[in-house]
Amino acid sequence: MIGVVDYRAGNAPSVMFALARLGIDATLVRTAAELADTDRIILPGVGAAGATIASLAESDLVPALRTRVVDDAVPFLGICIGLQVIFEHSEEGPTGGLGWLPGRVLRFPDTDRVPQIGWNRVELRRPHPLTAGLAPDPYCYFVNSYYAAPSDPDAVLGVTEYSETFCSMVAAGNIAATQFHAEKSGEIGLTILGNFARWDGTEC
Amino acid sequence: MLTQRLIACFDVIDGRVTKAQNFQDNIDVAPAAELAQRLYADQIDEIVFYDITASAQRRQIDLDTVREVAEHVFVPFTVGGGIRDLDDMFLVLKAGAEKISIDSMAVRNPDIIRAGAEAFGNQCIVLSTQVQRVGVRPDLPSGYEVFIDGARTATGLDAIEWVKRGADLGAGEIVVNSIDCDGTAAGYDLDITRAVADAVNVPVIASGGAGTVDHIAAGLTDGGASAAIISSILYSPRLERNVGVHELKVGLADRGVHMRPWVDAAS
Repeated sequence: MIGVVDYRAGNAPSVMFALARLGIDATLVRTAAELADTDRIILPGVGAAGATIASLAESDLVPALRTRVVDDAVPFLGICIGLQVIFEHSEEGPTGGLGWLPGRVLRFPDTDRVPQIGWNRVELRRPHPLTAGLAPDPYCYFVNSYYAAPSDPDAVLGVTEYSETFCSMVAAGNIAATQFHAEKSGEIGLTILGNFARWDGTEC
Repeated sequence: MLTQRLIACFDVIDGRVTKAQNFQDNIDVAPAAELAQRLYADQIDEIVFYDITASAQRRQIDLDTVREVAEHVFVPFTVGGGIRDLDDMFLVLKAGAEKISIDSMAVRNPDIIRAGAEAFGNQCIVLSTQVQRVGVRPDLPSGYEVFIDGARTATGLDAIEWVKRGADLGAGEIVVNSIDCDGTAAGYDLDITRAVADAVNVPVIASGGAGTVDHIAAGLTDGGASAAIISSILYSPRLERNVGVHELKVGLADRGVHMRPWVDAAS
């Protein structure tokens, strides 16, 4: 069963609707106990990383997420802010991230309009089970003022151009994430979510 | 490279999409969820849904219809109409919307922009404006005035001053809806759209008046808009001929506008 983490600042309903469309069983997760019963985890997100971390901490989900994702290595998919919070530090505010992967979160320069809002091209760096079946360089829907810069270049699964080239998909072991909204990227996003439901958390 | 967006606009009454002209005389088009599914299949980039009578009737937004649309549409979905406070925003987001559009309420209580952006992020707050060309006056240096309540009430606010304030308060996008052009199919008001796009650094959305591919292209180039709201051209019964999303995108691409490529069902 996929657990979709539900917290006040999140957009779990959109992810649940997308999974329902695909016929995939999923449950909303609000507590550490509920998290223990899932074998795959999606952390959706909108808004601000600081508010997201605060919201997760309030629900006492931070240590439980670490146990399931880092220790138990269940397949994990972060979406949008759910990508940004898995890193260590953010320019957005004083709150640290979950720190599962080394890297920082940076703000786009004001040379383009911020936030970036719209469909943009994702250049895939290597084949991965999550992107199986996609045509090369798919267009996905982004809404972000910040982006992650992973320290490990191998964690970068896809890149996108906006002011600069930034990491738009992350994959490192059982941890994967999309900066774009997979649940709002049309049939391409649904393909990624469908792949996640079958993914065993390895690269091949 | 970021593509420009085509956004289908639904003016919803009792769960059905309607089409107005200059904010009046709404005629029925189709059930909102049914039209949304059709446009999703046609690869619309985004949908915005206004519950246009919620505010005047002082009732909560039609959450059942919002949810029904959200269940079937996997592109971004903005909802507005009758949103009064953070609790209303929260309910709309939980019903499956990504973005909240605020308009008249933001003029009455600008702090709702700041509060919404703080709670849900500025990308979540779309400031929609109804603007009319009234001529330059000392108190209206842009020559455009902001109206509210379905274009019925003048506010005395200068359009450019208002959108700058809105962006400063945290609005992540600005919709420029021309009262003069709304539903006319005669083209966007490019002057005010461009002036707003020059005045703020958040994405600006042209709205009101698109009747041809050339109008949309003009809004996205000369108008400086990041996205174009369309409705009449897609489904107004008043027009002799409606044009589908795919045909519009092909026409826009021919005019040099960078659009999201068509996705084959197989890929």
